[in-house]
Amino acid sequence: MIWSISWRNVWRNKIRSLAIILAVTIGLFGGIFSYAFMMGMSVQRTNAAIEYEISNIQIHNPKFLLNEEINFTINNPNKLIPIIEKTPGVKAVCSRIKCPGMASTAITGTGVVINGINPESEKQVSKLYTKLTSGKYFEKGDKIPVVIGHKLAKKLKAKVGSKIVVTVANTKGIITYGAYIVIGIYKTGNDSFDEVNIFVESEGFSKLISFDKNKTSEIAILLNNNDDTKKVADLLNIKLKNETTEKNITIETWEQIQPTLNAMTSMMDIMSYIFLIIILIALAFGIVNTMLMVVMERVRELGMLMAIGMNHKKVFSMIMLETIFLSIIGGIFGIVISIFIVNYFNVHGIDLAVVGEGFNSLGYSSIVYLQANNVFYIEAAILVVITAIISSIYPALKALKLNPAEAVREEA
Amino acid sequence: MGIIDIKNLHKVYTDTKIPVKAVNGIDLSFQEGEFTAIVGPSGSGKTTFLNMVGGLDTPTEGEIIIDGTNISHLKSRQLIDYRLNHIGFVFQAYNLIPVLTAIENVAFIMQLQGKSKKVRNKRAKELLDAVGIGDKINNRPGDLSGGQQQRVSVARALASKPKFILADEPTANLDSKSTSDLLDMMLKMNKESKITFIFSTHDQRVMDKARRIITIDDGLVVKDEKVDK
Ligand SMILES: Nc1ncnc2c1ncn2[C@@H]1O[C@H](COP(=O)(O)OP(=O)(O)OP(=O)(O)O)[C@@H](O)[C@H]1O
Ligand SMILES: [Mg+2]
Repeated sequence: MIWSISWRNVWRNKIRSLAIILAVTIGLFGGIFSYAFMMGMSVQRTNAAIEYEISNIQIHNPKFLLNEEINFTINNPNKLIPIIEKTPGVKAVCSRIKCPGMASTAITGTGVVINGINPESEKQVSKLYTKLTSGKYFEKGDKIPVVIGHKLAKKLKAKVGSKIVVTVANTKGIITYGAYIVIGIYKTGNDSFDEVNIFVESEGFSKLISFDKNKTSEIAILLNNNDDTKKVADLLNIKLKNETTEKNITIETWEQIQPTLNAMTSMMDIMSYIFLIIILIALAFGIVNTMLMVVMERVRELGMLMAIGMNHKKVFSMIMLETIFLSIIGGIFGIVISIFIVNYFNVHGIDLAVVGEGFNSLGYSSIVYLQANNVFYIEAAILVVITAIISSIYPALKALKLNPAEAVREEA
Repeated sequence: MGIIDIKNLHKVYTDTKIPVKAVNGIDLSFQEGEFTAIVGPSGSGKTTFLNMVGGLDTPTEGEIIIDGTNISHLKSRQLIDYRLNHIGFVFQAYNLIPVLTAIENVAFIMQLQGKSKKVRNKRAKELLDAVGIGDKINNRPGDLSGGQQQRVSVARALASKPKFILADEPTANLDSKSTSDLLDMMLKMNKESKITFIFSTHDQRVMDKARRIITIDDGLVVKDEKVDK
């Protein structure tokens, strides 16, 4: 019956109870929303980095990692790639000739990274071709085509059809020039990537810089499942070193290539919890305050209950239960609302166009698709209930301090 | 030896600026089956006296022995259990749990005692019938009149099968009709089930129903008369 007394007591002062329930609901929603927002941002950033920039695993000459120089190459990619392709978990593989250079139009010039690619295999590995904002991707019969990022296009004042001159030191260190026509402009959402990476066909580019056909600068590997990245990387390490004579290679996962991606994810994770804790502390004060009011209002009633023989344990549980009910109701509302809203924006995304520029320059997409895992929902809900329990201890102890003789004597 | 033996009872309130001597040496004995009124002017010490007899307050000096148990030395936690199982209470106001119905209020005290649900509900129903509101068992206190609420209180006090029932001004908030109805009901219970009632009052009509009237003044018994009826 103590349960039912507590439950009914919740509804004695409906407005006050609803205020607390609402506070719990909004607090929980706020915590989950901010978490889902930050998670969405960092997951999108990671996915984008994998899909458009890095892929899951890359292979380089170890020296290339220190200095992206044209002569720090991987030998015999034609022998390596079939072995990689046969490795379980690998979806697609491509190789790139990569070197620094200078891209200029009649108006201005700027430093870039030239990616010499094979469009067919590149498309299997990188989804960059889906990110064109104007023009098209490489097709057979294109003459000296180049695909550049929107940021670079703006800088060079280039459009589809514009001519760009690429200046680059060839393998012998001699400066050479190549003229290209812009056929497509892409936008990945990461401005710093879009600003420097240009894509040309390796076929023509290797001739321009006298690059040996039996070499390459970079091998990029896409996996079926990102969770296998570490496992496949370890496997490749063993396989390539055992099955080939190629010792001069370094195999890296996307996490090793861009450690900031994971660092950002963990930081956002921590920030979400800090935010949640701040909300919970505010909530705790609200609950303590409300429950103290409840105890003060019911001095006579509580005194009467103790007078007729309700012991301390039961009085204590009665007050605690009332708070727990309040917080559980608020918790359920908060979770349900959060699930709906997070799922809605998981599909539709929140467009931050107004502030999007800033996000893009940091590499973050301006449309955020909220994302939260079930564990966080449960953790948040449990934390709310624990907060409610902890914050009702003081009011409940206060109730036990009442002297029944004094309490029943109090005038109406 | 009565059901309650009180020896040299004193109570001094010391939490005030000047200590208040509320009870100044009362010796009394109550027998089983009494129907006794405690009367006296306001501030004479009636409530203080009843609170000590009921184990709600501890005496400064003296002893209260109920059925052989000296309750003056019990700790407050022990007193809670003692009250639950041996004393019935009816207060002037704020007697019932507002969120429970009449029958639940009566059953609640038996639940505190650990009685089974079947026993509780059966006895609660019987008692509410006996106090004359068998047709209102599912009403909450807010939907009952003051007189009806006090009837539920009496039923609850009886439910725990106490040794006696203490009632501090049970009729102070009632009109004269409800007052005399309640008293008649209590008297009936007293006659039929030999329940001991001790109540305080200011009301002459209530005193007229009592069979023993103890007058207190300045914390002392000044008159103790039996009324034959
Ligand atoms: N908690 C307390 N602290 C200090 N003094 C108290 C306290 N309770 C009662 N008193 C004093 O003790 C004396 C006796 O009070 P008590 O309430 O027992 O009288 P009463 O006979 O019940 O009066 P009434 O008829 O007005 O109910 C009074 O002087 C009162 O002011
Ligand atoms: Mg009094």
